[in-house]
Amino acid sequence: MKTTKSPADTRVVVGMSGGVDSSVAALLLKEQGYEVIGIFMKNWDDTDEFGVCTATEDYEDVISVCNDIGIPYYAVNFEKQYWDKVFTYFLEEYKAGRTPNPDVMCNKEIKFKAFLEHAMSLGADYLATGHYAQVVEVDGGVSMLRGKDANKDQTYFLNQLSQEQLQKVMFPIGNMEKSAVREKAVEAGLTTATKKDSTGICFIGERNFKEFLGQYLPAQPGDMKTMEGEAVGRHDGLMYYTIGQRHGLGIGGAGEPWFVIGKDLKENVLLVGQNFDNDALYSDSLTAIDVNFSTVRELPQTFSCTAKFRYRQPDTQVTVELKGDGQAIVRFAEPVRAITPGQAVVFYDGEECLGGGTIDTVIKNGKQLEYVG
Amino acid sequence: MKIYLDHAATTPVHPAVSATYIKVSETVFGNPSSIHSFGRESRKWLDDSRKVLAQSINAEPSEIIFTSGGTEADNIAIFGSVTTMKDKGNHIITTNSEHHAILNPCKQLEMLGFKVSYLEVDENGQISTDQVKNALTDETVLVSIMYGNNEVGTIQPIREIGGLLKEHQAVFHTDAVQAYGLIPLNVDDLGVDLLSVSAHKLNGPKGIGFLYQRKGLDTTPLLFGGEQERKRRAGTENLPAIVAFSEAVSIAQQYMEQNTANYQRYMSIMTTVFDEQAVAYEVSAKCAEKLPHIVNISFPGTDIESLLVNLDMAGVAVSSGSACTAGSLDPSHVLTAMYGEGSSKLRNSVRFSFGLGLNDEMVLKAAKKTAEIVKRSVK
Repeated sequence: MKTTKSPADTRVVVGMSGGVDSSVAALLLKEQGYEVIGIFMKNWDDTDEFGVCTATEDYEDVISVCNDIGIPYYAVNFEKQYWDKVFTYFLEEYKAGRTPNPDVMCNKEIKFKAFLEHAMSLGADYLATGHYAQVVEVDGGVSMLRGKDANKDQTYFLNQLSQEQLQKVMFPIGNMEKSAVREKAVEAGLTTATKKDSTGICFIGERNFKEFLGQYLPAQPGDMKTMEGEAVGRHDGLMYYTIGQRHGLGIGGAGEPWFVIGKDLKENVLLVGQNFDNDALYSDSLTAIDVNFSTVRELPQTFSCTAKFRYRQPDTQVTVELKGDGQAIVRFAEPVRAITPGQAVVFYDGEECLGGGTIDTVIKNGKQLEYVG
Repeated sequence: MKIYLDHAATTPVHPAVSATYIKVSETVFGNPSSIHSFGRESRKWLDDSRKVLAQSINAEPSEIIFTSGGTEADNIAIFGSVTTMKDKGNHIITTNSEHHAILNPCKQLEMLGFKVSYLEVDENGQISTDQVKNALTDETVLVSIMYGNNEVGTIQPIREIGGLLKEHQAVFHTDAVQAYGLIPLNVDDLGVDLLSVSAHKLNGPKGIGFLYQRKGLDTTPLLFGGEQERKRRAGTENLPAIVAFSEAVSIAQQYMEQNTANYQRYMSIMTTVFDEQAVAYEVSAKCAEKLPHIVNISFPGTDIESLLVNLDMAGVAVSSGSACTAGSLDPSHVLTAMYGEGSSKLRNSVRFSFGLGLNDEMVLKAAKKTAEIVKRSVK
């Protein structure tokens, strides 16, 4: 529950990444009079043979920003937890031919679990981060709303947070546009004001994804075939491809562009087809596992809402039928293209993010599409 | 009120020392190498300070090479001696619980083709003279073993090793940065050829230290330039720091016994509080002879990253291991050497170190805060 303490008596730990968003989050809280502590999380060791690691640069920025703002800073190491809970899952999912979402898992297991516990062990009342999402008080608890900046909204990645976790969380920049966040940082003269946003998965960073994954999983090249069984090229390893992908297939020539439609793990075949709107890419429902509800509301066994199946996709109208044990069937009002197992399905009611789950199977006309995994 | 219990990391400058520093920097600015009266005055201050510092370890003034601190002194000792001895062998003996100012130069030398034996310390952080004896070969050109460990305080049998090496070609270096000013050191008695110290560990200024280098021994310089320090270390002398350093050493020597008694009492104040409050704890390197100002304590069931932050927020400054460049704590290589990689002590040990400005009341308060936080943190 929200406390009635005054800001001055409220200790907030801010997860600082060395980026502009968390910098401004810390600055705003400090301006609002909270007792703010900045903590940098080190989750991944990419120290090279010269002893250089990218975390060093980020931590230097955290130090600089915290000194500018006038708050103490510390660091905490979750490399082991990250490896066990996030990276292991990440590799397992790829091995199983799925497309995992490590950011969702990182939020669930590290940022809002291990790190939240760490913050609480330091006597914090709240954990704040620089996510574009909002937490508002409602009857009996809190609701998570989409970030004000529709283009930056990160609730998709936060769908696994429980109501209990959300009650201990603050998203100070969630009601701001990204441009206003940058402006605020520039105005305050923060070192990170013009720092480039990080892209991609944190542990891979700017590196070549294929090369990175290849270091951990053996790549088995094989055939690319059409749904009709015609071989049209070779693939470098099934894990390198995701459903609906167009680029990097290396089959071109005349005619319509080619897309990844599915994977035959047993035969090590990548299934491809022509046309963006290839019928085989469309489905009408899915089953989800690990379904979690962040909302404090009790939802009926079957309900209508909107859903996202990928980050930054427009919402789709759906009907959700809960099956117990964290499972659900999600039926779409209209067929949807390129639903991908391993990715998250996230539910919304207007602005509120209700929660979400992991896409397990994809269904069309009552039949599971085996070829998508 | 904040309580500083991290004197092994660095110390506050003694007020008399900073007064000296300011006086010298304001009034004695000449270059000691200049031939005019300004130069001569500076030279006099320099020589007087060198004398005081030499006497403090029973050395000759000409055996003192001023450096920018302990790290540089260690680097000259290591690179300088093996370069000079390059025709006599390429083997170095050290321990696995040295300061990084020793370990990293050794790693560098390994890349250049030297062979380094890292003697393994026991669970008290100690090595034996026999280990050195067994590691010695005809190729050994340098033995570098720290006097007192900076993380757990363990004192190594330097005198015995010095005796052992008397008849061997190897140069014997000891890193005495953490011990200097805390316990008496006598280079003849110890039988060392090289000894490194730093001013900021004994209430002197930062950025100044020296290497004792036995007369007759030659080390190849790291810095070439002017003819300062008998061509062994070029660069205009940092006179205010050098004079302040000698002042700090004089004070440290004058109060050495008293300080030791204080630190022993502080330690018993802390352990008494822990006992009274039924805090589970274990003093590291319990059975070793140790430096008087360092105590490393393991608190089973706690996690160091949360413990240190909680202590800091409560105003108690302590440390553990060394922070990595990304701020998080790497497990201490010293504790790893003592207890092995899997030990929980790597994740729950705190170093308390005492020094100037503390009193019984402050230590009592810090101990009570620590007890409270530890009890709250135990899972």
